[in-house]
Amino acid sequence: MDTKNNPQHVAGNGLIHRRHLLGLGLAGIGSIAAGSALGADAGMLNIPSWSKIPGNGPSEYGTPSPFAGDVKRLAGGPSATAPGSGVSRTPLHLLRGTITPNSLHFERHHSGVPAIDPAQHRFVIHGLVRQALSFTYEDLLAYPMVSQIYFLECSGNSGANTVATAGDTNAAAIHGLLSCAEWTGVRLSTLLAEAGVTDAAAWITATGADAASMGRSIPLPKALDDVMIALYQNGEPIRPEQGYPMRLFVPGWEGNVSVKWLTQIKVADAPAHFRDETSKYTDLLPDGKSLQFTYPMGVKSVITSPSGQMKLLRQGIHEITGVAWSGHGAIRRVEISADGGRTWADAHIEAGQQHLALARFRLPWQWSGAPAILQSRATDSSNNVQPSREIWMAAYNPANRYHYNAIQSWSVSAQGDVTNVYA
Amino acid sequence: MFMRKPVFMRALAAGVFTLSVASIGLAADLPANPVALGSPITEAQLADWDLIVAPDGDNLPDGSGTAAQGQMIYHQKCAACHGTAGEGASGSPALVGGSVSTTPPLLTVGSYWPHASTLFDYVRRAMPPTAPKSLSNTEVYQLTAYVLHLHGVVAEDFVLDKNTLPAVQMPNRDGFIDVSAN
Ligand code: HEC
Repeated sequence: MDTKNNPQHVAGNGLIHRRHLLGLGLAGIGSIAAGSALGADAGMLNIPSWSKIPGNGPSEYGTPSPFAGDVKRLAGGPSATAPGSGVSRTPLHLLRGTITPNSLHFERHHSGVPAIDPAQHRFVIHGLVRQALSFTYEDLLAYPMVSQIYFLECSGNSGANTVATAGDTNAAAIHGLLSCAEWTGVRLSTLLAEAGVTDAAAWITATGADAASMGRSIPLPKALDDVMIALYQNGEPIRPEQGYPMRLFVPGWEGNVSVKWLTQIKVADAPAHFRDETSKYTDLLPDGKSLQFTYPMGVKSVITSPSGQMKLLRQGIHEITGVAWSGHGAIRRVEISADGGRTWADAHIEAGQQHLALARFRLPWQWSGAPAILQSRATDSSNNVQPSREIWMAAYNPANRYHYNAIQSWSVSAQGDVTNVYA
Repeated sequence: MFMRKPVFMRALAAGVFTLSVASIGLAADLPANPVALGSPITEAQLADWDLIVAPDGDNLPDGSGTAAQGQMIYHQKCAACHGTAGEGASGSPALVGGSVSTTPPLLTVGSYWPHASTLFDYVRRAMPPTAPKSLSNTEVYQLTAYVLHLHGVVAEDFVLDKNTLPAVQMPNRDGFIDVSAN
């Protein structure tokens, strides 16, 4: 037998060496793939109707195929007590690259999306600066810009898996407060230099122009490092729900600090202790104390296919794939287990992945029809390793919902049903 | 935008020029930023616009209020959602009572927040959710005093103003570990 028909198993319960990703078609495991539930089309192949009539012409703004119409955000209903408040989640399990299309980028609003006229919007830098300055949108468009691909993750992402019983939900519902886009804008350091930060400055305090005037504080070293005022998202002006006409973008840090609809940066000697960095977005510990200003998002990965509420329709080769990221650098390694963490194999990580961006990983898996528990475990360039759920839960108060980055377990039943479990 | 483009191009060219001049060792005193378009503005112009109140009381406005004065406006503008005694209701959080050490903990302004300034700051910028920034500074002082009083943090006749507010001792003021330097 050649290797094509005898793939190298690298860990328990059917995991196959990543080198087979290229060489191994789905038909590679002849006898097992033949058991596929999806038989070949029977009979003659006909030329379809759409090959016989001209289609629609070009349009001003593209839309997805109506047949791909279920690729949507998972949006919560309107809030009766806090108008405009809430979230929508990226459908991670329906996407296969690393870039989130703008229409599918997750949302979190504290008082809705303001309808901002960019001509009237002002961005002001003041406080501990030599000269307070006011900028228009047009002003900012004239500055030199940078473009970088970064993930953005809400600090409450995956908090659903901190509750006592695993919910029967999908990857979007659990992990969909995560997106990744190319952000283009003006370095904040450029504008801070123009205003002239004084020696007493140690923090910036930023607020948005939404009805909640959401505010966050950021230490000055980070503000002067890689923070930008983002004006473009995947090449087009940032969407209203992402902060049009401008947002702060703080790479690798919990999403809430990337203040949308940015209107104010007050340079200060101390944090403002806004409501969203005291009452919320603080991490309660077992002893009742809380961690405050826990900014970087921990190293994390999630298998997006197969994932919760999917069903495997045939035995044989399936590609296990998902995304990994870390607020502490780049992803160095993703390991996969198909036996609930007893044995692990290295997944293939797509090239082109960057610092503080999503990485896409893949590994072939030969499903025999036996029950399995699929897990992924990421390691970042700072050598942080994604923790087990048990270890993560022990570090916090059971009520804490922020910064959950533990390993996700998906159980696959003998019938092929994939379910969220704690393992 | 079209008016600005030439400025941008000129400025960029100047920036490039600076670099090449510098590289052959000649001094050129052009600004560090090739583009500098911010318009000067004064703190006085921002007085009504800047709502950030820091724990040390920085930027607290004039005015004052007591819990006794805040009771009526709380019942008019807040109680429907947060309850007559601040106990909260479906869809709106409790503002007072609770503890960080019960199972599960109940985190409220009274049991959790480390600084009184945050209450003033948040109510002024964000409450009530249907009409944020509709309260006068005096009303915000009164409401802040009332909520603090409901949790027993200040007396009913305690006068809250820009001098007294920063000195208010919140019950959980030692409950936070700042890890921003980690
Ligand atoms: C329409 C219902 C409603 C009314 C009226 C209302 N609130 Fe709220 N309040 C809310 C909701 C909902 C939240 C949570 C908002 C969020 O988390 O984004 C909230 C949050 C708060 C918080 C922060 C609580 C925490 O633990 O983080 C404070 C303080 C507060 N409100 C005070 C007030 C005061 C004072 C008034 C009266 C002027 C008021 N609210 C009126 C619904 C209301």
